[in-house]
Amino acid sequence: MEIIKGIPLTSYILLCSILFSIGAIGVLYRRNALVIFMCIELMLNSSNLLLVAFSRYFSDTNAQVFVFFIMAVAAAEVSVGLAILMMVYRNTKTTDIDALNKLKF
Amino acid sequence: MMSQYLFYFLTFVAIFCALLVVFSKNPIYSALFLIVTFFATAGHYFLLNAQFLAAVHVIVYAGAIMVLFIYVIMMLNLNREVEPHKSTAIKIAATVCGCILGLVLVAALRETEMSAISEYSNPGIGLIERLGNVLFGAYMVPFEISTVLFLSAMVGAVFLSKKSIH
Repeated sequence: MEIIKGIPLTSYILLCSILFSIGAIGVLYRRNALVIFMCIELMLNSSNLLLVAFSRYFSDTNAQVFVFFIMAVAAAEVSVGLAILMMVYRNTKTTDIDALNKLKF
Repeated sequence: MMSQYLFYFLTFVAIFCALLVVFSKNPIYSALFLIVTFFATAGHYFLLNAQFLAAVHVIVYAGAIMVLFIYVIMMLNLNREVEPHKSTAIKIAATVCGCILGLVLVAALRETEMSAISEYSNPGIGLIERLGNVLFGAYMVPFEISTVLFLSAMVGAVFLSKKSIH
């Protein structure tokens, strides 16, 4: 299982860039607030994967601890975010993100 | 050689399912494809010898976060019919913007010099023993602070989902 002999680090950078861009496309493309949350998870995930790849290629344990903390923050973020989403749904009866345009210029 | 094929397979699955997350009409399909993407990412962690993180990733993301998502989707009764539609111009603009972002990222990182890669790389850095030593040694204080974060997130979630706030 010597992955770092066969796969250059550039492949991982490419993969994570593509995944991050797909997440960004999703945030811009969709109007359902729930799917936008999922796309944010996708972007967090790609950065996590890149941190793990760097930690493996540079033999550094600290990056994996950071990934652990990022996962903790993501879990907390999702719980609060979904509570906010429920609140929005209760008040507007939709999960359409464009229903919340009162602060828009 | 085997791990190389595995890498390309997992990469294909991850990118394909990520695209389906964005472009499938039904939110529940998006959630299910996101779970597949998470499993592919966990496979990547295994390939990178980060067994502990792979296990935690499956438990936290596929086990906790996605269950929460699917629960909310079912509770709000979201499906294809109530899915809001965006105009085609905005969709095209979003796709072009995302592709340009990807292009910039790839172009900026493609020529990066990775000179510092150590030849004597240690395959055991992702094991739970090493990780635990670091986590409960140098990162003890951040670990404790993250428990406070969880407590505040819990209080926030309970407070926000109360029926009326006076």
